[in-house]
This record gives sequence, structure tokens and C-alpha cells, in this order.
Amino acid sequence: MKRLALVAATLLLAACGQQGATTPSPTTAQQEPAIVFAAASLNTVFPAIADATYSFDGSSGLVDQLKGGALADVFASADKKNMDKAVDADLIDGDPVMFATNYLVLVTPADNPAGITGFDASLDGTKLVVCAADVPCGAATLKAAEANGLTLTPVSEEAKVTDVLGKVTAGEADAGLVYATDAAGAGDKVTVFDVPGAKDDPNTYWIGIVKGAPNKARADAFIATVTGEGQAKLAAAGFGPPR
Amino acid sequence: MTTGLGYPKWALAPMALALALLALPLLGLLLRADWARLPALLMSERALAALRLSLGTCLIATVIVLILGIPTALVLARSRGRWATAARTLVTVPMVLPPVVAGLALLTTLGRRGLLGRHLSALGVEIGFTTTAVIIAQVFVALPFLVVSLEGALRSSGQDYERAASYLGASPTRTLLTVTLPMAAPALASGTALSFARALGEFGATLTFAGSLQGVTRTLPLEIYLLRESDSDLALALAVVLLAVAGLVVWLATHFRAWGSHA
Repeated sequence: MKRLALVAATLLLAACGQQGATTPSPTTAQQEPAIVFAAASLNTVFPAIADATYSFDGSSGLVDQLKGGALADVFASADKKNMDKAVDADLIDGDPVMFATNYLVLVTPADNPAGITGFDASLDGTKLVVCAADVPCGAATLKAAEANGLTLTPVSEEAKVTDVLGKVTAGEADAGLVYATDAAGAGDKVTVFDVPGAKDDPNTYWIGIVKGAPNKARADAFIATVTGEGQAKLAAAGFGPPR
Repeated sequence: MTTGLGYPKWALAPMALALALLALPLLGLLLRADWARLPALLMSERALAALRLSLGTCLIATVIVLILGIPTALVLARSRGRWATAARTLVTVPMVLPPVVAGLALLTTLGRRGLLGRHLSALGVEIGFTTTAVIIAQVFVALPFLVVSLEGALRSSGQDYERAASYLGASPTRTLLTVTLPMAAPALASGTALSFARALGEFGATLTFAGSLQGVTRTLPLEIYLLRESDSDLALALAVVLLAVAGLVVWLATHFRAWGSHA
């Protein structure tokens, strides 16, 4: 009997583990909240803007999940490329709209141990961590380096911008290239330097209704909130306005 | 095929479900892989760099696991009492720890601002972002597998032969090398294979602790994780390789255990 209880507890635990990705936010209304698949970088600002059932992941991972038939009302992508991928795969109802922008900045640990002076030659020989070219922030990093005539020699190319930030805040890396929103979120744990030209060529965030959305009215309302009153909260979190 | 004792017939139904649950996703992976382009994909520079790094680091990690793990298993198998129980628990914990937690643990200890890493860094030794960090992460997660399987075998085998050897004048070290280890060879081999497989699959701790740079720290699992974003065909091709190696290693492990039960 004891063993049976243990097995049941283990199964329950395993089931809980499976839910990690989709954390249902507490619902105040009686109606079902919209199911929103959103880029990982939106994971603090979106819940502050509106109640919904969120699943946060890398944009391309979310497109894969939608292709696999995952049920969602809204898809919010951290770049144009992945929204285009979703549109090409016939996953989006109507035209997606741009709702925010984000640009790269250079961060160092708060005490800047390597004495970096900015996005310049002072990065040579330091432990610089960037995103891999395969992901949007890495592609933006390459573009920024080229525009500034720099050849970067990173010690690590991460798959997620949050992993870059983590290595800088842990003091493991001397510097890292992350989005302005990541830097804003890290507060006084990092020192921030501008990346020249990054603001003029930002990463664009797009949102659209998923085809076959179980709750289209809610999806519409959610998108209206994000593009309307939600803009103030996006700006407070470090996002730039859509352009 | 069946041992003396039978089983209730209904047990076959959950078993079929269990097999389907485990086999179908692997089958799905194999079916989605682009077999025609597989050789070309695997010959790409990225794939080769990841393969070389993974096999190299796993071999070194497995050797370290053997050097540290065999004596540990021996001492634990021959010890009773509270400290032995504590040590046994300690050795098992990394086995059930989520890899990302293992990575955080390594980072907060050996990282540049970590408990030990701070002093190492002052001496000019920095482990983060090096191949050494990958190997340390692999040893951390693989060591328990060897210790646990070898300790079990040493504990359950009788000690008559060892007593005879020591009675005949063999030193404890000689007894270990000529009597104990040969008798535990099947468990040792299967434990080694499992440790190697665990090291090969190591992902979370490496990602958190070592970083990801081609040819330096980006092992097969990390490369697969990254390629998912850009080239899912190559990601699947590498996944097939990892599956094949894992299958081979586990088959070897089972084979060694069977060999032990016939001896």
C-alpha cells in the first residue's frame, strides 16, 4: 500500500514536471483565458500586461510546436524571420503586426573586471560571450560587429540570450551582447554600454492570431491590449516602440 | 526464455504500452531523419567537430570515472555505519539531480567567483569555457553510475575467495587486482558503459558551466540543441548518431551483465 502511494506520488510529480512550459496564470474572469505562445524574452512583461495561459520558449521552438499541432490562440515572435516561418507554414490567421522592437547592448558584470570601455577593441582578449549565429540575437551580433568594423573572438556562443546574460551576471564572462530588455531586467548586476548603430537596426517583435485558434475573440482582445495600453509596460521593460 | 516463475497474463498489456511509449518516439526520430543526406550531413565541419569533441571528452571522463570510482565502490561495499551511508547517499545524488542544477552547483563552486574557483582564478587557473569544464561536468554526472553498479556487485558477491587469497599471503592491493576486480568484471564493464553513455548525453551541466564553442565546449547534445534553431536536418542526423552510440553502449552493458550471470 505504502509502495502504491509512493508510485502515485512519483507519477504526480512527473506530471507536474511536464507542465513546466505552460504556467497557467491565475484567472479572475470566468471565461477561459487566451492561450499565448510567446518568445522567451517576453516572459516577464506579458503577464504584467494581461492575464493569459502562457507558454514561453525560443521563437523557433514555438513555431516547431505550432507546426506539430499545438493548440494556441496567439503567437508572439521575437523576430521577423520566425513570424515569416509561421506565416509560410500557414499557421497564422491574417497579417501579423509589429508591436515592439529590441536592440543589442553590451553588458559587463557590475564591477567590469576586464576594464571594458565599450563595443570596441577593448573587448580583445577578454572573455566575451555572445549568441550563436543560428539564433536571432547572434545574427544581430554579427551584423553589429561588421557595422563597427570589429572581429569578435567569443569564448562561448550560446543558444539563448538568457544564457549569455547568466554568464555575465555570474561573473563567469567579462562581457556579453544581450538585448536592452535583458540588461534592463538584470538591473544593477550589470554595467551597460551602447552598441553603436544597434538602435537604428533593431530586432522586431511580431504578434498574430494562430489559425484555428480555439478562442479567437480572446486572441483579438489580447493583441489589442498588447498593441494598445500594453505599450507603456513594454517601454518600461526596455522595449523600443514598433516602427 | 522464461524463468521458473510465471507472471499473470494481464501484465503483458501494460508492458506493450510501456514498450510503445518508449519505442515510438525513437522510431519517429528515425523516420524523420534524412537518410539520403545523412553521410553528407555528418561529414560537415560542424558535425565532425562535435563528434570529435564528444568522443574525446567522454573517453577522458570515463577513464577518470574508473580511477576515482573503483576505489570508492570498493570502500563503500566493505564499509558499514553512518559515514558509509552518508557517503553512499552523496554518491547517488548527482544521479537524480536535474543536469541544470548540477551545472549551477559546478558554477557556484568552480566558476570564476565560486567557492574554489575564486582561489584557482587568483592562481591563474580558470576552468569556465574550457574543454576541462566539459570533462568535469561529465565526470560529475557519470561517476555515480559506475560507483552504484560496481558497489552493488561487490557487496552481493561473497568474500570467500578474497579471504583465501589474503590467507595465502596476498596483499590487499594484490587481492583487489587479481581476485576482486576480475570477479566483478561484468559489473565493472556494464558500469563503465553506462558511465560513458551518461557522459555522452551530458547537456545541462555543460551548457550552464562550460559554455558552447565549436571544437572547444560544444559537444554533440549542445550542437543538436543549437542546430534545432537553424538546420533541423543536421540536428536530426546528429540525433541519430547519438541514438546509435547510446544503443550500442547499452547493448554492450546488457551483454556484459548477461555474461556475468553465466559465469
